[in-house]
Amino acid sequence: MIQVSNLQKKFGKLHVLKGIDSRIKQGEVVVVIGPSGSGKSTFLRCLNRLEEPSDGEIVFEGNSIIDKRNDINKLREKMGMVFQQFNLFPHMTVIENITLAPMKVKKLSKESAMDIAFGLLKRIGLEDKAYAYPSQLSGGQKQRIAIARALAMSPDVMLFDEPTSALDPEMVGEVLDVMKKLAAEGMTMVVVTHEMGFAREVGSRVLFMDEGKIVEEGSPEVVFSEPKHPRTKDFLGKVLRC
Amino acid sequence: MDFSFLQKYYGFFIEGTSITLFLSFFGVVLGVVLGVILALMKLSKNILLKSFSSAYIELVRGTPLLVQLYIIYYGLPRLVGLDFNDNTLGIVAISLNSAAYVGEIIRAGILSIDKGQLEAARSLGMPHGMAMKTIIIPQAFKNILPALGNEFIVLIKESSIVSVVGIHDLMYNADTVRGNTYLPFEPLVIAALIYFTITFILSKLLSLLERRMRAGDSSI
Ligand SMILES: Nc1ncnc2c1ncn2[C@@H]1O[C@H](COP(=O)(O)OP(=O)(O)OP(=O)(O)O)[C@@H](O)[C@H]1O
Ligand SMILES: [Mg+2]
Repeated sequence: MIQVSNLQKKFGKLHVLKGIDSRIKQGEVVVVIGPSGSGKSTFLRCLNRLEEPSDGEIVFEGNSIIDKRNDINKLREKMGMVFQQFNLFPHMTVIENITLAPMKVKKLSKESAMDIAFGLLKRIGLEDKAYAYPSQLSGGQKQRIAIARALAMSPDVMLFDEPTSALDPEMVGEVLDVMKKLAAEGMTMVVVTHEMGFAREVGSRVLFMDEGKIVEEGSPEVVFSEPKHPRTKDFLGKVLRC
Repeated sequence: MDFSFLQKYYGFFIEGTSITLFLSFFGVVLGVVLGVILALMKLSKNILLKSFSSAYIELVRGTPLLVQLYIIYYGLPRLVGLDFNDNTLGIVAISLNSAAYVGEIIRAGILSIDKGQLEAARSLGMPHGMAMKTIIIPQAFKNILPALGNEFIVLIKESSIVSVVGIHDLMYNADTVRGNTYLPFEPLVIAALIYFTITFILSKLLSLLERRMRAGDSSI
């Protein structure tokens, strides 16, 4: 579904991604782990061209993300993204946050956008917050709404950049639960996270990144129990201990 | 002091006040419209738009309003070859001037919005223009409302300069009354009082609005 080849990204002189090759298949949950600064976010953000790759190719459902002749907005409709900082629109209610893009971008009628939105709110258990403003929600609720907002566009893949890192510990669970349900329903997902439990439980594949490269990849069982690369061992040793 | 002249001349002050309000209101509205355009140009990646906007803003802020007024008042009709009504020329001069200041206010307002907002909007498939219009600019406006209100107040005061080209604003009419009554001082006191009353009421209204917005939606 997503084919990444020789993806390179430089910020000025800083070489952040040094040739990433990966293939993400339909229905897979790919978990990206690695130390801070290894380029995980940059990799994820290149996938929907929030960062402009310096070189390489990304093909999503047969269309190049890099090729300027393709309408990136059309491609992004099919790629939901969830951010560490939620990025809900603070001047709009929850329901407006969710229905905005379906109405403005997909030109759905208000009725069908509302139907979709209430269906999603029901799924995440936040129907009663439909007319609340983001400032009136807890972090966990905000992030669940952000997930619903992305899902409202009926994407084919969901990209998550550390979706639980900005949350108080007691709210991590409710967000992970929503993500687990999504995975169980067969959604293709790419998740950057430090939640190793989540990676183990729902990940179909783990990518370990270090210094702009994928150092090791494999099923969670294999990567977690018998990491081959010394840097993977080192990293897992640190995160699993605490 | 003798204010008995008011009985005969109060109409001059009313008429002048309405012209002053009219000029400043349209000056600020057009200034905001042009200011948004200037701000977006200055923030765009297109080097041509960017330099045009920067140059315009620098030029306007670096020259006196009086000079700009003269240039517009005497230059514009000749340049376009049309006769404009005096008030129109006044509004053009005022709004072209205020656009530069408002443009900078709006640009700062847009830059104050977290870049995650634009990214979230773009990641949902919104084109850049739509994201700016529905997500960034509404939030920016909320943040800069006090500064914009202040600009309106400044304009009301500065608009008095149009009296020098004979536009019948409050200042001009106060001067007329001075000439007619041979009272050098009193008509000016009245004019000052009127200017002050307008700006005072406006600034009170603005702080009320600001407080209401902060209380009503604690969403920032
Ligand atoms: N817009 C940018 N401009 C310049 N440098 C950047 C930019 N974005 C990221 N970087 C740099 O690129 C490197 C990789 O950043 P990235 O955010 O991808 O790391 P990460 O693996 O997501 O780390 P973390 O776990 O801390 O989120 C870092 O050194 C970072 O400072
Ligand atoms: Mg990151």
